[in-house]
Amino acid sequence: MAIIEVDGLVKRYGGHTAVDGVSFAVEPGEIFGILGPNGAGKTTTVECIEGLRRADGGSIRVCGIDAQSGDGELRQVLGAQLQESELPDKLRVGEAMELYSSFYRDPADWRELIETLHLTGKLNAPFRKLSGGQKQRLSIALALVGNPRVAVLDEVTTGLDPQARRDAWDLIERIRDRGVTILLVTHFMEEAERLCDRLAVIDAGRLVALDTPAGLVARVDGRQRVRFRPSAPLEHAVLTALPEVSSVERAGSQLVVTGTGNLLLAVTTALAREQIVAGDLRVEQTTLDDAFVALTGRRIDATNSAGSEEI
Amino acid sequence: MSALSRLTVTETRLFLREPIVVFFAVAFAPILLIVLGLIPSMREPVPELGGLRMIDIYLPIVVSMGIALFSLSGLSQLFASYREKGVLRRLRTTPVRPVVLIGAQLLMATIMSVLTMLVILAIGRLAFDVRLPGQLTAYLIAYLLVALAMFAIGLLVAALAPSSKSASAIGSLVFFPLIFFAGLWLPREAMSGTLRTISDLTPLGAGVQSLQDATAGQWPQPLHLAVLLAWTVVAGGLAARYFRWE
Ligand SMILES: Nc1ncnc2c1ncn2[C@@H]1O[C@H](COP(=O)(O)OP(=O)(O)OP(=O)(O)O)[C@@H](O)[C@H]1O
Ligand SMILES: [Mg+2]
Repeated sequence: MAIIEVDGLVKRYGGHTAVDGVSFAVEPGEIFGILGPNGAGKTTTVECIEGLRRADGGSIRVCGIDAQSGDGELRQVLGAQLQESELPDKLRVGEAMELYSSFYRDPADWRELIETLHLTGKLNAPFRKLSGGQKQRLSIALALVGNPRVAVLDEVTTGLDPQARRDAWDLIERIRDRGVTILLVTHFMEEAERLCDRLAVIDAGRLVALDTPAGLVARVDGRQRVRFRPSAPLEHAVLTALPEVSSVERAGSQLVVTGTGNLLLAVTTALAREQIVAGDLRVEQTTLDDAFVALTGRRIDATNSAGSEEI
Repeated sequence: MSALSRLTVTETRLFLREPIVVFFAVAFAPILLIVLGLIPSMREPVPELGGLRMIDIYLPIVVSMGIALFSLSGLSQLFASYREKGVLRRLRTTPVRPVVLIGAQLLMATIMSVLTMLVILAIGRLAFDVRLPGQLTAYLIAYLLVALAMFAIGLLVAALAPSSKSASAIGSLVFFPLIFFAGLWLPREAMSGTLRTISDLTPLGAGVQSLQDATAGQWPQPLHLAVLLAWTVVAGGLAARYFRWE
């Protein structure tokens, strides 16, 4: 049985429909991702699940509890990390953990959590003095201190440097291994690809796809990109004439060739015939990014392109 | 530890870590009493007051000012800034209920302001020979009623203010008339009939008179106790009605 069931969720702000009939079900033990561009309605969706916002339509059940009923039991089984929330400036890490663990019936060992999150050295540091990454880790720890069955993490890795982000991913996987179901909001493709068992892609308040990351990529499979810097000027027609090539674009000093089949071989053979050397040659596999573009007609956002996988 | 006691301990610690807030909420009123007491004429018996000195009259005013400062500069801003920063929202995702959080704040506020009151009474007694309350039970009851009424007003300000900045602005706006009717500039004894009637109906005016009566060894007048209760119920009810998490 699903641990989170969202059925036909609708949420309006004034005349604006932020979430428009979203349905999905999360299985126990999953890392379930919600992916979408800024303003897609991701936060609104999870805040309805957390019972922080009142839905205008549809139903939500978490561990069988109606999330909109105000049932206090929901807060025992669901731990939340909010996209935007702070603690009092001068509250210390250890005090925050001690305080939050006193709210729950069966709290986790908070010292162990702090250890796992590499915050032991910061036990006496006030919230205000923590770095962005440390604040994020503390808020993950607070989301887990009640021993929840479901943890909802809203953009936990935003603002972290690449290393801290990878650490956070390892951590999230370890949490899942402890049996916690994770609902992960993100707009990082790499994160979704690496962590999520399944993904709901939301765009403009609507669910546009629900699949495994591989399943989403497979929808646009067959497409590849070859990127290189030609040693001499090259007529695009030389490449567009090839049956494997579907498009050629110029990106600065580089050419980006998109196509199918054995694209790399076709392109390098054609270049050799023209006696052109391909500098910085790279083949880019179809990524979730491409899948996202295919699904929504646009890229998720600019900040994400640096994170796409390159070979 | 239960959530309530843990929250109370934490809130008290956080409070004590803000030196400026502590100064205004806890230290200012005792300091004012010392300053007033150092003025020689304040210590001269006044025949029209039945032989009391001005410092005797001022002591309950200073006590009630301590409560007002605490609730209008401490409590209301604290709540408004918690809301502004999402602290309340975050708490809302936990099993702790809002009444527990408010209860913890009120407990902390009561403990801190009772301590302030004791300090003021001690200074009055030791430094300026002001007599201690003749009717101790009545004094404590009157004190708690004033504190409750003022805390309710502080929470109402927090509930209505859009931000923590405006909470402190509204707080001062409310503070000055209230402390005027408590008699800070013109003691109730010197007020005209109309002013005094208005004062009777304000929380601090009714409060100062009740504390005064209890000090003299009498029970406060029912009118004053009723006024204090009415402020608590009305302001507290409105604060609950307009309470917002975000
Ligand atoms: N409290 C609110 N009042 C009015 N409109 C809101 C409110 N919260 C969100 N919105 C609007 O609802 C839409 C969805 O917002 P939401 O925060 O759910 O997006 P998101 O997918 O989480 O975006 P992001 O990636 O930027 O966090 C946006 O257009 C936003 O402007
Ligand atoms: Mg969001």
